Amino acid sequence: MPTDVERWKSEVYGTEIREHLFRFAEEGWDAIPEDERDAWFERFKWWGLYHQRNGQESYFMLRIGTPNGRLEPGQLRVVGEVAKEYATGPGTNPIFGDAYADFTTRQSIQLHWIKLEDVPAIFEKLEAHGLSAQQACGDSWRNIVGNPMAGDDATEVIDAWPVIQELNETFKGNDDHSNLPRKWKVSVTGTPDGSGQGDINDLALEPAYKEIDGEEQVGFNVRVGGGLARNEPRLARDIDVWVAPEDAAAVAGGLSALFRDHGDRENRYNARIKFLVDEWGTEKLRETLQEDYVDFELETAGDDLRDQYTYNAGGEGRNDLLGVHEQKDGSNFVGLNVLVGRMGADDVIQLADLAEQYGSGAARLTQRQNVIVPDIPDGELDDFLAEDLLEHYSPEPSPFMRGSVACTGTEFCSLSIVETKNRQVRFARWLKENVDLPEGVEEFHIHLSGCTASCAQPQIADVSLRGMKTRKDGEPVEALDIGLGGGLGEEPQFARWVTQRVPVDEVPGAIENLLANFDDQRDGTETFREFVLRHDDDELADLVEPEETSYEDPMMHNTKRTWYPYAEDDELDASPAPSLADGTPITSDD
Amino acid sequence: MTVSLRVLDDGAWVSVNDAREVSVSELWRLDDPSFCGCDLPDFVVENVLSVGVDGRTVTANVYGQCIGCGETGVPGWVPVGRLSDGKFVDIDRENTVLPVYDGDDR
Repeated sequence: MPTDVERWKSEVYGTEIREHLFRFAEEGWDAIPEDERDAWFERFKWWGLYHQRNGQESYFMLRIGTPNGRLEPGQLRVVGEVAKEYATGPGTNPIFGDAYADFTTRQSIQLHWIKLEDVPAIFEKLEAHGLSAQQACGDSWRNIVGNPMAGDDATEVIDAWPVIQELNETFKGNDDHSNLPRKWKVSVTGTPDGSGQGDINDLALEPAYKEIDGEEQVGFNVRVGGGLARNEPRLARDIDVWVAPEDAAAVAGGLSALFRDHGDRENRYNARIKFLVDEWGTEKLRETLQEDYVDFELETAGDDLRDQYTYNAGGEGRNDLLGVHEQKDGSNFVGLNVLVGRMGADDVIQLADLAEQYGSGAARLTQRQNVIVPDIPDGELDDFLAEDLLEHYSPEPSPFMRGSVACTGTEFCSLSIVETKNRQVRFARWLKENVDLPEGVEEFHIHLSGCTASCAQPQIADVSLRGMKTRKDGEPVEALDIGLGGGLGEEPQFARWVTQRVPVDEVPGAIENLLANFDDQRDGTETFREFVLRHDDDELADLVEPEETSYEDPMMHNTKRTWYPYAEDDELDASPAPSLADGTPITSDD
Repeated sequence: MTVSLRVLDDGAWVSVNDAREVSVSELWRLDDPSFCGCDLPDFVVENVLSVGVDGRTVTANVYGQCIGCGETGVPGWVPVGRLSDGKFVDIDRENTVLPVYDGDDR
């Protein structure tokens, strides 16, 4: 039997949702019939709007998809201005204030507290500047990720940007691919550092060499069926296909169509293509692609560059894109740390000013929730680096700041079990003040995800934190599972969950003790991942010693049972939602 | 009177009549020693899998784990609320010992 979501999609889905969205925006929140809300909220996702959680009714998260994290000159300013004008609501965040933009692990931008009534004006402004929320959520081609410096990065072996552009233009608003069984996440990379993180995508195109008619060509190897969600993490699997850049859209479209036709539409938990790859195996997948979905002979896989991958790998070489790096044209790109990816709207606008003053006005977003300012000439570099704003958004931050990634959490998200972003800021600040890394360890990644959806990509961090509950002194408190030793690179591996349900106030102490034990028992200069690899789970659990410290956590209680965890009166009954366009609470007729 | 029951947002909610009523992350005491061996499993709800109704009782099938022992899985059907005149009436799930029914008893 088809699911409710499939039924709703069969009635209205894709580009046509927009006219309904604008009609509701014109008529106001109450115009959405109560018995149709679930259906419309599901459909709105296709246009990037996600209804916020219980207690925040009538407010939406808006996701703007920026292909490859690429913001053309002027676009960063537009993001800041939209956030400043529209992304404010009844709740004020104690760390970030009102009006901020979140840079996500898929190189997109999320704004919160968006009112339905403001959507047409927001879309008009975004679209006038080449930005869009189309297919940012929902069951379709999502924002395509990769190395955000494609085309400019001096290390790349092939420019992935034209391929990403072609895929984006072909599969956004394409009726044949707009209603898939589930989301479709694609990564295309042309650098040898692995910074596209293809392994955790539904479809990965990774740089590879292939001899064609006696000549070596650069193109992409194809992997399918990666993903982290729902306690079922998978690495994308090699389907033994190499594709030339000019054929990439045909192969990617063939695979998307195969997923459309063969994915599971009866069970959303089993719908992602990773499960189809599990069921079929890579040979059958390749055969079906060849026979039914492409009209030319597929090449076998070429020679990849995976032995050079360093991104988020925990070893030598660049693990992220922070700091100063050379571009092909001799200018520089500078990666800046945005702690947990959240930046105040005024800071976004100020950074846009700096990008125009020192660079081309362009900006880039990375999969580690950071921002890059490209196109800075050598002669301008020192002055740029001396700007006050870079004291906060540093190109060379503390490793604990640099390594922090966090999802949205219970502040806004329905699925999360715990508070995340503010907590990870508190963790990072405490660790920076109180803990030293062993000698020679420059990078240490800690990812905090509020639930098993894994939006913070916890399984590919040195220390993986995942939201849970426990009891402390008999009282229910927010807790975290702790996993160790995850990362990508030539030998990608997922973290091993060695310690469960640690009360959140004991987690910084656990990390402090773990690092002390690593320092004591480290074999020479081995990396943390190597250290984890040579221990079994029980040994590792003994090295994680949860402990209360000077760290205090003000959000131990069930933050999900509040309308907004930072409100003075946070009880669900005190929620001002739903509200009219101007924020006035709508009183119930009951 | 028709009542609309469904699971929303990839298992985050039980929705009743288009209103989100029961959320993941709740901590339930289950009267179900067979789940993990604990007398009263202290169960964190991580995902709602399906929702049903038994007479006037709304029940849910959920994935989660006992925080006492760490056992994960899907217990039977758990009552999460009642229907009265077609409206959902909440129960204090976090401060009540909840019975668990298997599929046939429901």
